[in-house]
Amino acid sequence: MSRYFRELSVAAALAVVLAALAIFAPAFYQPQPLLTLITSQVAPTLVVACGMTLVIICRQIDISVGSVFAICGVCGGLMLSNGMPIAVALPASVLLGALFGAFNGALIAGLGLPSIVVTLATMVTWREALRWLREGVYVNIGAKAQWFGMSQGAGQWTIIIVAAVIMLLLAVAMKHLSAGRFVYAVGTDAEAARLAGIRPRLVTFLCFVFIGGLTGLAAMMSAVQSPQVDPTAGGGLELRTIAAVVVGGVSISGGRGNLWGVVVGLLLLSSINPALTYLGVSAFWEKAIQGAIILLAVVADGVRSRKQK
Amino acid sequence: MSSPPLLELRALAKSFGGARALRGVDFDLKAGEVHALLGENGAGKSTLIKIVTGAHRPDRGTISVAGHTVPGLTPAAARKLGIACIYQQPALFPDLTVAENIGLRLEGAAAFRRVDWTARRDRVRGLLDRIGAAISPEAEVRSLSMPEQQLVEIACALGAGARIVIMDEPTASLTQKEQHLLFAVVHELRKSGVGVIYISHRLEEIFALADRVTVLRDGESVGTSAVSDINESSLIRMMVGRELTQIYPPSESAPSQVVLSLRDVGCRASGVRGVTFDVRAGEVFGLAGLVGAGRTELARILFGITPADSGEITLNGERVRLPTPKDAIARGIAYVPEDRRRHGVVLDLPIAHNMTMAIHPRFFPATWLSLGKERQLALDYIRDLAIKCAGPEAPGGSLSGGNQQKVSLARWLATKPKLLILDEPTQGVDVGAKGEIHKIIRRLAREGLAVLLISSDLPEALGMSDRIGVMRGGTVSAILPGKSDAHTVMAAALGTEKGAAA
Repeated sequence: MSRYFRELSVAAALAVVLAALAIFAPAFYQPQPLLTLITSQVAPTLVVACGMTLVIICRQIDISVGSVFAICGVCGGLMLSNGMPIAVALPASVLLGALFGAFNGALIAGLGLPSIVVTLATMVTWREALRWLREGVYVNIGAKAQWFGMSQGAGQWTIIIVAAVIMLLLAVAMKHLSAGRFVYAVGTDAEAARLAGIRPRLVTFLCFVFIGGLTGLAAMMSAVQSPQVDPTAGGGLELRTIAAVVVGGVSISGGRGNLWGVVVGLLLLSSINPALTYLGVSAFWEKAIQGAIILLAVVADGVRSRKQK
Repeated sequence: MSSPPLLELRALAKSFGGARALRGVDFDLKAGEVHALLGENGAGKSTLIKIVTGAHRPDRGTISVAGHTVPGLTPAAARKLGIACIYQQPALFPDLTVAENIGLRLEGAAAFRRVDWTARRDRVRGLLDRIGAAISPEAEVRSLSMPEQQLVEIACALGAGARIVIMDEPTASLTQKEQHLLFAVVHELRKSGVGVIYISHRLEEIFALADRVTVLRDGESVGTSAVSDINESSLIRMMVGRELTQIYPPSESAPSQVVLSLRDVGCRASGVRGVTFDVRAGEVFGLAGLVGAGRTELARILFGITPADSGEITLNGERVRLPTPKDAIARGIAYVPEDRRRHGVVLDLPIAHNMTMAIHPRFFPATWLSLGKERQLALDYIRDLAIKCAGPEAPGGSLSGGNQQKVSLARWLATKPKLLILDEPTQGVDVGAKGEIHKIIRRLAREGLAVLLISSDLPEALGMSDRIGVMRGGTVSAILPGKSDAHTVMAAALGTEKGAAA
């Protein structure tokens, strides 16, 4: 029980928000707006947050996800608008994202550069390159945007299921696959891991490839939801995912945490905006409240780890 | 004895936890003398130094500087009294120049004080000239060699008005020529009335430099003598002369086929050269030697951390290359490292995860872990090695030193190794756990494992080993039978068989 205290306390906070909404603003629970909220906001962010969890457990960080997200969305959108089927555009977008991730990973794991600097540079570079190439033009994908030609409702459910399946598969892999163990081991003590025969640089590299691929997937999940792809999409995505990961109890110094906490953390942070709207509080408070939640989570972790020593 | 000695220590005692590092040591240093401090690893030399420099506070005893007792010595107070310590690894700022480094220490620390660059440079040049060091004050410390950095430290100490200079193995990383330069500086210091406490493992240096020598053993002073009244043999006798207080489990294995065979193995990067010996199954092969003799470096070669660049390594009759730890593990080599807190047990991870850490990398990246089996394995080792813990889920950091060492050991036993390398397995472990670890080592040898035991604890190396290789200067200088006496091993470790009278 105490092992999951951290995750459970975030879940309790989420339950409080949901209960408050149920009592004071039952309108929040109308199926269609709620479904749209989850597919457009939560699901793609969750997919990227899964990758971010991996990267942060590995004691790294990736702040270039927003830019990679935008590029993958635009490229996938262009493929769709040129008549390619989604069955081609989707894997292409994942692959493109993985390549961007591999580029980060090669610099970070291969040359041993600090991930915050490398991904800051790639974040700015990719974002500006995209702006320069596309000049801010939206990609019109029109009706072709339908997810494998499904109706809107079925498409929405597919997006939710894809995000859930990815999260579940990854959660199981982190616990039950050796590879998952390696990420924890490298994140806590790379030298000890190396002495145990693990290859820390390969593990780090693959984490970045992984988050890149997931970002490509998330970009397409988001792109197909509207007739136009916004070339500035994904702004602030890195902050939203890192916040969810940290609130979910993953140690920013690596080696600790799990995906269940991240899901709860993401849901909590995503519920603030609609809660404010439905409860009639000015939505300008959203960021401040989210910031307070992050601060609280970090302080709680800090206090806990000081107590252990 | 007209004037009081520069430094006088009376009945100094200091304990760390249960371990008594110093038990009533007397020591004195006169102006204009070089007083050598000698002792095995762990005899209490560094503790003594740390007390004199104010880093540690003694439990009992008094420190007097120039006849005045100084209670509650702090590092700042020690500096003010003119006590300076030159460490093996100088603590300078590599990106700043020599002048800036010295200026930072000697000039006041006010944040908005204007720096007079000309005065600073002149002063630094004067200090460097005084010790005959040809170093430019403008040079970046990064560009200086290790001995040059030591000279900067000495200049700094002089600039601070040091009357007592402590040198902790200053020649450990120096070439012959650099040593002579340093010796000249020491003579210069002595002439100007500075007292020097000189710590070294090299007996020939002590005979060349020192006026008096004090030998420490097990935290006690064995005796002080004028260097002119003593010879090497009696010094060694003073260092090791003690009864074996601990009973070691007897060797009962019959060594069989050769598991590891080294022929002329070396690695330029880590300073190991020309190592030749065999280790047999069922044998405990001890590696003795002083700190810095190259024992850990040899272990790191065998485990593929710093791969060998010369010689032949043969494992079970097959010539092998060991470029990475992964390869070494795959070949049946296990290495329980010296610094278990840093590289052995991952303190944040549960015991069970720690124990299985080395057995899955072979199947990278995706073997399905059976958590039940993992738990069972952990429970087996916890019982087998008598590890005291709350359970397999308890984090490594919750255990005592001895139990952490057992977890580290379990991780490697789980790989079913053929050769087990133990690097200081009982360092910082309490007496009870120490005895248990000794029994485990014996049992493993009996079960046919080849054990390479690195130990700075001479009685342990003697008591546990079937044969002992003594390392000195990066190579194995002698291979002795297990029942050798401490005197022979220490003589080989110090390298006194070749005349050091020169």
